[in-house]
Amino acid sequence: MSYDDFILVWQQYPKILEAFGNTLMLIVISGSVSMMLGIFLTPMLMSRRKAISLSVSVYCESMRCMPFLLFVYMIYFGLPSAGIQLSNWTTGIVALILYNAAYMAIFLRGAWQDIPKETIEAGRAYGFYGFKLFRRVIMPLMLMRAIPMVGNQWVQIVKDSAFLGIIAVTELTAAMNSIQSTNFIPFASFLSAVLLYWLISLVIELVTSLFTRYAQVRRT
Amino acid sequence: MNAYDYWSIFQGSFTTVGVSLAGVLVGLPLGLCLALLRWAQMPVSRQIAYLYVSIIRSCPAVTLVMLIYFGSPQIGVSLSPLVAAMITMAVTASAFSSEIWRSSLLAFDRQQYDAALAFGMPRFTRVWRIVLPQIWRSSLPGLINETTMLIKSSPAIAVIGMVEITRAAQRVGARTYDPLPPLMVGLALYVVIIFALVRLQRRLELSGNRLEPIQ
Repeated sequence: MSYDDFILVWQQYPKILEAFGNTLMLIVISGSVSMMLGIFLTPMLMSRRKAISLSVSVYCESMRCMPFLLFVYMIYFGLPSAGIQLSNWTTGIVALILYNAAYMAIFLRGAWQDIPKETIEAGRAYGFYGFKLFRRVIMPLMLMRAIPMVGNQWVQIVKDSAFLGIIAVTELTAAMNSIQSTNFIPFASFLSAVLLYWLISLVIELVTSLFTRYAQVRRT
Repeated sequence: MNAYDYWSIFQGSFTTVGVSLAGVLVGLPLGLCLALLRWAQMPVSRQIAYLYVSIIRSCPAVTLVMLIYFGSPQIGVSLSPLVAAMITMAVTASAFSSEIWRSSLLAFDRQQYDAALAFGMPRFTRVWRIVLPQIWRSSLPGLINETTMLIKSSPAIAVIGMVEITRAAQRVGARTYDPLPPLMVGLALYVVIIFALVRLQRRLELSGNRLEPIQ
């Protein structure tokens, strides 16, 4: 391990930057879509109809018990026997979205239960009901309360995305692995990967803290 | 799938649980040390501990295990996959548990520490007798929660050739050309492990409530 190793790694910056871009793309797409899906699933979790709330909570709980890699294998190797064949990229994005949407829904449910009853009652008294009550009263308060948890889950998405290298998605860890195996410089290349992941999560933490400050001003 | 396939997946759970357990046993005390370093506000080591926790917490388990396994020969030690996997789990557990220990330490009433000082207790006794029994109880739920997270990240050790539940299930699937049933068996094993931990957490929370700390 020496200083030269890092230079050797970073001489291949087109490859690294491409993989870094892929990782960023995976994170941004799956993070935002799973957040939206989570917002969509939360009212179903809180639904008074037992069939809906039960089926969604079975989905959420089974995701919570499953390691991400097992879920990826289920989609990548398991679905073809059911007649659905997805490419490795589609598998990666679909798995990241479905897996993390369950976590998002659970956090959002927690945030919903944390909203004071009086606020929702007041919304009802003003004539809000059904979807409009959710859209105008519950959702903003719920999202503001859930910001720190959602930010943590984004960091979790960053960490999960590294598993996708196993099914040949060219993300950061997979690219660094191919660089280290051609040049025999494992320490420098993986350390670079670790630092790049750190950079991503620092940005996520920064954005989360900005949103938290925004929410604190408007907290009820 | 024949009986041997079921057995081989079940054997994988020994690896999953064993490696995670080793990681927890080494990682939790290490995390406590890191948290105490930050709590004691020692000038340089505090910043180093913060940097370590921040980097490791954002580092994917796959990358970390490859860094440790492939990188260790470059600094002159050649690790077996098992040892590398255990070190990875310990490093991850130390970073995560340090955050939990730290939040308990911040909630800890510092007056008790000062009172112990007034009684003339030496530093180690103060931490061991006064601080630790109380923060241990308040951080236990969080620590068990982190252990389930650790178990969920444990398939990462498959990339260096360890055969744990997920890898064992995938191997059976590759042999029988029907991958879904073995993966379901694997999932069932994870559900059992994680549910056992959640039950343990609930039990400990209940028994912890009975022993209210002295205010």
